[in-house]
Amino acid sequence: MAITLKVNGKDYSTSLDPQTPLLWVLRDGFNLTGTKYGCGAGLCGACTVHLDGEAVRSCQTPVGSVGSRKVTTIEGLSADRTHPVQAAWIAEQVPQCGYCQSGQIMQAAAFLAGKPHPSSEEIDQAMSGNICRCGTYQRIRRAIQRAAGEAA
Amino acid sequence: MATGAQANTVGRRDFLKGGAALVLGFYLPSRSSRILAAQAAGSEAAGKIFKPNAWIRITPDNQITLLVEKPEMGQGPRTVIPMMLADELEADWSSIHVEQAPTIPEIYKGLSTGGSGAVEDTWDSMRKVGAQAREMLTVAAAEQWNVDRKECRAENGAVIHAPSGRRFTYGELVETASKLPEIKAESVPLKDPKNYRYIGKRVPRTDVPAKVDGSAAFGIDVRVPGMLYAVIARCPHFGGKLAAFDDKDAKAMPGVQAVFAVAPLGRPLNTAGGVAVVADSTWSAIQARKALKITWDKGPDGDETSAGLRKQIEQAAAGAPTFVAVNHGDALKAIEGAPKKVEASYELAFQAHATMEPMNTTVHVRDDGIEVWTPTQWADAIQGTVAQLSKVPPGKITVHMTLSGGSFGRRAQWDYAAEAWQVADQVRKPVQLLWTREDDIQHGFYRPYSHHHLSGGLDSQGNIVAWSHRIVSTPIRAYFDPPDSLKDPHHVAAQELGGADVLPYGVPNFRLDFAPVHSAVPRAWWRSVENSSTAFANGCFVDELARAAGRDPYQYQMELLDEQQRTLGAQNLAAVMWPDQPHLDPKRFQAVLKLAAGKSGWGKPLPAGRGRGIAAHYSFDSYVAHVAEVSVGKDGTVRVHRVVSAVDCGTAVNPDGVAAMTEGAVNYALTAVLTGEITIKDAAVEQSNFNDYQVLRLAQAPEIEVHIVPGGGKPSGMGEPGVPPLGPAVANAVFAATGVRVRRLPIDPGIFKDGHAQAG
Repeated sequence: MAITLKVNGKDYSTSLDPQTPLLWVLRDGFNLTGTKYGCGAGLCGACTVHLDGEAVRSCQTPVGSVGSRKVTTIEGLSADRTHPVQAAWIAEQVPQCGYCQSGQIMQAAAFLAGKPHPSSEEIDQAMSGNICRCGTYQRIRRAIQRAAGEAA
Repeated sequence: MATGAQANTVGRRDFLKGGAALVLGFYLPSRSSRILAAQAAGSEAAGKIFKPNAWIRITPDNQITLLVEKPEMGQGPRTVIPMMLADELEADWSSIHVEQAPTIPEIYKGLSTGGSGAVEDTWDSMRKVGAQAREMLTVAAAEQWNVDRKECRAENGAVIHAPSGRRFTYGELVETASKLPEIKAESVPLKDPKNYRYIGKRVPRTDVPAKVDGSAAFGIDVRVPGMLYAVIARCPHFGGKLAAFDDKDAKAMPGVQAVFAVAPLGRPLNTAGGVAVVADSTWSAIQARKALKITWDKGPDGDETSAGLRKQIEQAAAGAPTFVAVNHGDALKAIEGAPKKVEASYELAFQAHATMEPMNTTVHVRDDGIEVWTPTQWADAIQGTVAQLSKVPPGKITVHMTLSGGSFGRRAQWDYAAEAWQVADQVRKPVQLLWTREDDIQHGFYRPYSHHHLSGGLDSQGNIVAWSHRIVSTPIRAYFDPPDSLKDPHHVAAQELGGADVLPYGVPNFRLDFAPVHSAVPRAWWRSVENSSTAFANGCFVDELARAAGRDPYQYQMELLDEQQRTLGAQNLAAVMWPDQPHLDPKRFQAVLKLAAGKSGWGKPLPAGRGRGIAAHYSFDSYVAHVAEVSVGKDGTVRVHRVVSAVDCGTAVNPDGVAAMTEGAVNYALTAVLTGEITIKDAAVEQSNFNDYQVLRLAQAPEIEVHIVPGGGKPSGMGEPGVPPLGPAVANAVFAATGVRVRRLPIDPGIFKDGHAQAG
């Protein structure tokens, strides 16, 4: 029984088991590899995508539970890296290895959509579920402040 | 370097450099260059390619392509290496493109990086080849115009004839230049640094755009038509093995294609062996692995525990050393007779690398050869390993070096690539072997567990008369090499002392000795290797001595460095063993201390409950000092508020890259200082994921300021040197804030009792 999904505005279908986490359906089923595996346990945030604009950990989201909610992945955040968060990430030169950054950006984008002018404490809290081992945290903070400032 | 001929006695640094001998590439036989250029450019344009050497090609469309050997794992080689080329070549930055060099061992000697060497290794070669290409293009223009070469100059991707204002783009000159006799790079003068256009400027990283839109392809993102996905259930007990397994349930699970045993591979690969599960998605493979019923043989070290290891270490710390590395003067006697004696023991736990992208490799074994896609620090080593395992000649093995999602030393091992070949060889379809996070945490190559006993003697004025340091550790090379290697002083000095032999301070009597202990736990190079351990011991102990002498730790260190300048080299083992290598310069060490102290407001009052600590370390030919500002919560949680860093890495080719590496090093080190710890039970790792191997999170990340000492000359490494001095800076700051000495990392909140009284 195939499951159909709307991802980044396009229709996809998968015959993988409905219990399969959305992460693996995106990556192994649809070749949308921008969303990363980091821990498989909802501890690192590398797999963050949006369901109807809300940030979720796709490694903890069975594909069968998505339903009609619209899935947005890093590939669909903007067509040309012009989303304010992506632009801020470039301006602040955030990425090093870059592996966690899809998840960081998706988390930040959903966070800023709900809270356009966050305080430093709110940024710290919202972003502490996303791990970066290269240690780009200070630049992530600056990039979020920049994106918030430019949206003002 | 009398005994340096054998591979296992060459220092890590030398070994990786030997593998990465870029400079040799410039003396390529032209045949290979032409083949490569033709391959790279496609046949139609091949005749019109100007190829000063195998690394760069300039095409008639004004595009300059640079084949970079150094893997991209976050440290930015794809920006900083072309910057050096572009400057001497007088190229237009937007015309330069970087490609990863292919695995052709006859041409590319070292598709590898390590020892923070990417910039240092390529500094000379990139500038020389840039200058050489610039000169050939300039001569070509002069020839086409039939004017004196001296009237022509290169500028922003073109050659200009000054008197007439005529101009040729580089692309227009390619054909003529390619027919010129080669101008030797040595005959072309390099630019005056004051004319640099890119070097020393903040140049945005070329790889950033692809890293914000999901298009950057890491090893885990390799997708090959018809590919399958695999995981391996590995023996959790180090040194143990598979006894028996029942795969009936696993095989019955949806999507499962194959289940089979995988043999362990011995030194130097050190794979655990176990049972492979191959399926049509990663998730199916992971689920089926859970359904395996496996009996493990715990092996000869199956009862190893962290507590047992500590007991062994305490015995070794109190016993006789196996190796006295430095014995300058008579430190033990001088300490005995000193008016004031200070003693302290420091300990550092096993640490995992925990790269965000777990280990993985995709392999396709075909009748006509083998194709490998892998995130690695060392692609040609993987080619050689697969050739050895498969008996297929290296020429038929292609290794695609993908982006690496972090490395920190972990991907200088190629155990995971060897395993992936084992699986793919059975399956004969393209297979991606993925390590789950649990696999990564439990089957790593950890930073050694180490213990440092320091003792020092002070005279009545508080001057240090003697310094003695006993290192007890689970040595790295003992895990890879025969145990006898630890009897070779050169080997131990090169591999296990981690900078402790380079005591920066002037001390009349200095002793350093070493005692190894046995452990089944795999060890290897972790960002900055043993430097992170020895810097903790030295950086804390000098602070303890300063306090014992009633002195300010910063001023005290500055004076000890003055003293070192008067007695330079006497106790520096490295200077004796490798006289032709760069060595610690006390003046540069002082300069970073001074800059960090000044920028941090050293000596100025802080809010109540806060303390400052300072530490510096010299490693990978670079100098880094940190001043940390901390407070300790009622529950014993150490909070690092601010870190002010000063860096001297010679020429800072891309200052923003230097800042980024330093920030990253501080954050990386903080995990090992605050929360990260790998513990052992039944010769297995007790932690399994980010819930119990706790790494630094954004809310814990301090403000970081990075200041670069304006310097020149050869650049030195920046990937690692920011790590070592962070631990002692934090520990010293904790003492300043609370009066409690941190002598073990990660910091145990239990050492702070009763609201931790202020320092007396």
